[in-house]
Amino acid sequence: MNIVVSIKQVPGTTKVAINPATNTLIRAGVEAIINPFDMYAIEEAIRLREKFGGKVTCITMGPPQAEEALKSAIAMGADDGILISDRAFAGSDTLATSYTLAMGIKKLGQFDVILTGKQAMDGDTAQVGPGIAQWLNIPFIAWVKKIEDVKKDAKTIRVERMMDDGYEVLEGPLPILLSVVKEINEPRTESLRGKMKAKNFKATVFSAKDIEADPDFIGLRGSPTIVNRVFVPVRSGKKELVEGATVEEKVGKVVASLRESKLVN
Amino acid sequence: MAIRVITEKCVGCKLCIPTCAQGAITYVDKKAVIDVIKCNYCGACIDACKKFKAILIEIDRKVSDQDLSLYKGVWVYAEQRNGEIASVVYELLNEGRKLAEQLGEELSAVLLGDGVTCQAEDLIQHGADNVYVVDNPKLKDFQDDSYAMAMAELCEEYKPNIVLTGATAIGRSFIPKVAVMLETGLTADCTQLGIDDYTKLLLQTRPAFGGNLMATITCTNFRPQMSTVRHKVFKKAAKDVSRKGKIFTKVFADDLLKSRTKLIEFVKEMESTVNLSEADIIVSGGRGLGEAKNFALVRELAELINGAVGASRAAVDAGWIPYSHQVGQTGKTVCPKLYIACGISGSIQHMAGMQSSETIIAINKDPNAPIFEIATYGIVGDLFEVIPAMISAIKNR
Repeated sequence: MNIVVSIKQVPGTTKVAINPATNTLIRAGVEAIINPFDMYAIEEAIRLREKFGGKVTCITMGPPQAEEALKSAIAMGADDGILISDRAFAGSDTLATSYTLAMGIKKLGQFDVILTGKQAMDGDTAQVGPGIAQWLNIPFIAWVKKIEDVKKDAKTIRVERMMDDGYEVLEGPLPILLSVVKEINEPRTESLRGKMKAKNFKATVFSAKDIEADPDFIGLRGSPTIVNRVFVPVRSGKKELVEGATVEEKVGKVVASLRESKLVN
Repeated sequence: MAIRVITEKCVGCKLCIPTCAQGAITYVDKKAVIDVIKCNYCGACIDACKKFKAILIEIDRKVSDQDLSLYKGVWVYAEQRNGEIASVVYELLNEGRKLAEQLGEELSAVLLGDGVTCQAEDLIQHGADNVYVVDNPKLKDFQDDSYAMAMAELCEEYKPNIVLTGATAIGRSFIPKVAVMLETGLTADCTQLGIDDYTKLLLQTRPAFGGNLMATITCTNFRPQMSTVRHKVFKKAAKDVSRKGKIFTKVFADDLLKSRTKLIEFVKEMESTVNLSEADIIVSGGRGLGEAKNFALVRELAELINGAVGASRAAVDAGWIPYSHQVGQTGKTVCPKLYIACGISGSIQHMAGMQSSETIIAINKDPNAPIFEIATYGIVGDLFEVIPAMISAIKNR
């Protein structure tokens, strides 16, 4: 079974903070990590390979330093990593990014399942997964919390999709693209053997020319959305702690204001 | 496409450096230097340098072959499941109405499903001028393939200017496919919408970086301009039974509405008696609860005030409550009128998922807990005393 995992390198957000004096984003010393949601996709891919055999290939689009993300994936147990990297891809929005990744996956050739995390931690759009599926014209199932069964011969897969009020059991044909949520598994840590392998790993790099990308669909040129303004939101909190000698007094004040604004009876 | 600093104009004020979300600007020899590998051409630094105009961006963009003037009207996708219209639809009709009036265009709703035509009048009474209905047994269950195809076909035929969809499990799943089919832009999970006075473009504002940054996005050269919109950000449209509108029933060939995936069964999760993303009131518990059985306290308060039960990642990871209750970037993004955080310290990820709530009450032992930074009312104290006190204060009125 050929499994492709589309991953993204993102800033480790735990260190992203707002400087209260200047109201700006502090990014000093932010390390780059694999998008945490993609870790579940990598783990699920490795589990599928352990069960059905085959190969796990991670693919990412990004600057040359995104190779580090692929190395981490190799250390976890992925077999191969592809870096789609070219100056021509800079400034891509979700339409251009999903096109570029789809073209890269097409170049890889045969695949049965493509996995992605439900969204990336920095952009939070959740649009690239379904976008790739559409460009490749394969079925897509979002928010997968469990792969129940894969019938290799019949080439079908049965999964559970999380909805707002429960989950749906769905069946679809292979090849298919699934975006996975956290509940699906517990990602393994890097093994010693994996780390050794990652140390010597060199990612195959695909350029815009390699994937035969149409220049009208990549980078800023191929991106219909334009970011006009970026700003730091104003926090609504008053940062005021409720005063009171006893718990009852504090609670009484809060409940009174809730009643006033008709939030409770 | 190129970006550069005009060294003669740069005064070395460093104002641009903190505005760069990519960390691409450094300070070398008293001048700003942009690392073009890291830069994503967002233009934030240009805004910061308005005074000196020392940063220049030259963008080469694809020009649309669409006649943009043909695209008219604001559309709202009227999401339904089992014939029930999602509450976010009424919020979108309200906001869509305002946008349509600013543009001098009509507001329309799109209704897809099986046996749903009877809902069209309700959408008109909530503000739609037109309702486009595709009523077909093939659309009985939501499937990405069939719903995306129907939506894209309608857009191709009627050419809307703007398409708004709720940022729900369904909306965020199939609308990205529609945007690819139409080769247009889509902005995810917007929390503010507006029309630019001069260009008449839709201004789509959304949080990024877990809510630490806001970005305003336009889809300047392509149509339709598409957004998914967060729940509970806008007020619901009022119902006016005297409103009149037109209903257009579209018949598509069965072949067009076929789906490669199929629904085997739906399993409703018992715990989710109140849908978290649609709840007006949420009471959430975190690590401070100490153990699973203490969630009973959170549930008791939630039940008393008709709220849903939420949880922090720590509580879910500890196995105290299922993942479907998790609020935060890894779980659900919520925007209720009232959010009560009990024993939740407030990680960036958790706050990203609830900080747009109207009123936030934080209960925590630690006065330095980050959750207090965004709380409307912060109560420092032991939650095992505070919650029971709150329950009795609400009961005894």
